[in-house]
Amino acid sequence: MDAIGTLLRLGWEFLVYLVTVLPDMLPIILGLATPLALGALCGVIGERSGVVNIGIEGIMLMAAFFGYLTGFALHTTIGSGPSLALGIVVAVFVGALLGLVHAWLTVSVRADQIIAGTMMNIAAFGVTGYLNRLIITPSGLGGAGVIAPFRIPDTLANLPLVGPVLVMFFDQGPIAMSVVFIVIILQVALFRTKWGLRTRAVGEHPKAADTVGIDVYRQRYQNVILGCALAGLAGAFLTLESTGSFQNGMTGGRGFIALAAMIFGRWTPLGAFGGALLFGTATALGVVINVRVPEGDLGTLLKSIPTFWYAALPYLMTIVILAGVVGRSTPPAADGVAYVKEGKG
Amino acid sequence: MNRARTVARQIWQVASIPFLAIVLAFIVAAVVIVVSSLFTSTGFEPLLPLAAYGSLLAGAFGSDNAIYNTLVAAAPLILGGLAVGLGFKAGLFNIGVAGQFLVGAFAAAVVGANLADAPGAIGVVLATAAGALAGAAFGFIPGFLKARTGAHEVVTTIMLNNAAVLLLTWAVNDLVRAPGFSFPRTGPIGNSALPILLGRNLHLGIPLAILTVFAVRWLLDRTTIGFEIRTVGQNPNAARYAGMRPVFITALTMTLSGLLAGVAGAIQMLGVIGFYAPGITASVGFDSIAVALLGRSNPIGILFAAILFGAFRAGAPLMQIETSVPVEVIDIIQALVILFLAADLIVRRVFRIRAPKAEIVELKTVTQSWAGGAASGAPPS
Repeated sequence: MDAIGTLLRLGWEFLVYLVTVLPDMLPIILGLATPLALGALCGVIGERSGVVNIGIEGIMLMAAFFGYLTGFALHTTIGSGPSLALGIVVAVFVGALLGLVHAWLTVSVRADQIIAGTMMNIAAFGVTGYLNRLIITPSGLGGAGVIAPFRIPDTLANLPLVGPVLVMFFDQGPIAMSVVFIVIILQVALFRTKWGLRTRAVGEHPKAADTVGIDVYRQRYQNVILGCALAGLAGAFLTLESTGSFQNGMTGGRGFIALAAMIFGRWTPLGAFGGALLFGTATALGVVINVRVPEGDLGTLLKSIPTFWYAALPYLMTIVILAGVVGRSTPPAADGVAYVKEGKG
Repeated sequence: MNRARTVARQIWQVASIPFLAIVLAFIVAAVVIVVSSLFTSTGFEPLLPLAAYGSLLAGAFGSDNAIYNTLVAAAPLILGGLAVGLGFKAGLFNIGVAGQFLVGAFAAAVVGANLADAPGAIGVVLATAAGALAGAAFGFIPGFLKARTGAHEVVTTIMLNNAAVLLLTWAVNDLVRAPGFSFPRTGPIGNSALPILLGRNLHLGIPLAILTVFAVRWLLDRTTIGFEIRTVGQNPNAARYAGMRPVFITALTMTLSGLLAGVAGAIQMLGVIGFYAPGITASVGFDSIAVALLGRSNPIGILFAAILFGAFRAGAPLMQIETSVPVEVIDIIQALVILFLAADLIVRRVFRIRAPKAEIVELKTVTQSWAGGAASGAPPS
């Protein structure tokens, strides 16, 4: 009886603790969720049209590098502001370009989609590591810094209850702030527009879509390129808005966690965003627990869990979510299957 | 005479695409090297690729020691390549070799350190077995999840790779840190080190890896389990109707695959590294995928592909020292080889080769089961 009582008490204390640290966590959750959400959106619009992309990780890494390189090369001549803006444009462009490569490989050449994605990941690791060692490391110079976040007035931020939520969504850099809008736009576009209907038709039953005159190849190209441009934006966020530097392999599995968020969100933009926020919250909790240790037994318990376990939490969560959700979550019917137009096989 | 020509033609049919893919990869990488030389202090160097590839060759095969280094680097790739290749045969894509390699290496290091003063034979056998078991257990997790819930092994194994790095770092810091060292690491392995057979570093793990090639070949070609693995890989539904157990085979194949990767970690630990410390990087993971693809999942093919990539890894440091071309160019070459193999249409167009009559089937099956498809526990719809 005693043990159950202690457990209940600890559970209650944990909930209370969560509520008290929420104002501390909210401002960092969106930042942590941003690359995951953008990567997950890349997955959603690609897979809704029938193309699996496990190369999101690599595309993010490449975009992060070339965005950073742009700022690195130009900030002394054109100033850090314009070079950062240009860096974002370059990152998005690199993402779209790699999307074109992926679309060509999977749609036109009909290479295995998983292997094409793996190739993208290895290539990204190699190319960025190679150029980093060749150009950035020997120079010993820094990049263009980071984009200054928008600050909301203190009077608004200090409002009870509403304040932290306002901070969460508006006390952010431009990329993190735009994520919410991109999610809403894509949610509407996917389920309420002609483009969305065509996307879903191509992903569920390409042959039927072809019969009614939809160009399956063209639709898939469009979606993969658009999605990868978003993955490029995620890369830009990492180097130009979040850290201001580039390290080899800095994406650290975010491209894959994004896929888990996509599956968790059942291939919808809104759901994927929810999944990304969940992962962001798990990571934020790991950060906050070390800064604001709860008092009493709960504090002793949470402190006794090594920091490395908190760091591994998002990865372990991904596995649990995949194992728990996948069985009940159905991918688009033609996901991962190349389409062969009749008479062209 | 005629017979020799037939054999030669057969070899060419099997090996032409992989060979030409490598040639093409080196040509494209040469362009990358020349173009990127424009951005360095030395400026435009059109002959740099030749110098770089020359040093690469010298570093890999230039002397007895270089050849030993190549074989030492090839040994974990042989086992890792077999791990990935075995998965391909069952329609599974094990990207988790990196993680399974690390837990195998860690387990071997811990057991080896504890048996440092025991007779060598005992230490070597038990430490290697520990690595094999740890790898098998780490491969079983994604295999079981795939079989039971349909969680795709590509994502779960990559997540396990990331988690393994963090959790093993914690384990070395808090659980098994050896006293008397300035940084967290496991103790010296003493007598548990693999015996050196030739030169400075050609250890017992190399013949072991080569023997494993034939063991896996026997498993796939001569046993019931091997037949079931290949059948499940080619058509899970047909396998189910034939009374086979795709769910069981899926879990078993991932476990065996993890076991091979764990042994790779163990022999690398006992033969080369000697102790586990955080930051041990495992390029073996991605290398193994390239090796398995290049070897077309055939054990003998994997053996040759592993020696080739072992040569790249052994020769690359000399290339970077002598010509300042970063070692990462090997990753680029690797990605290009995979690209040209996955999209062999490109190679066929460039070299004007007709498609073979029998398609290689194992590579076609990888994406069919995203998020719980035919190979998982779900009944066919």
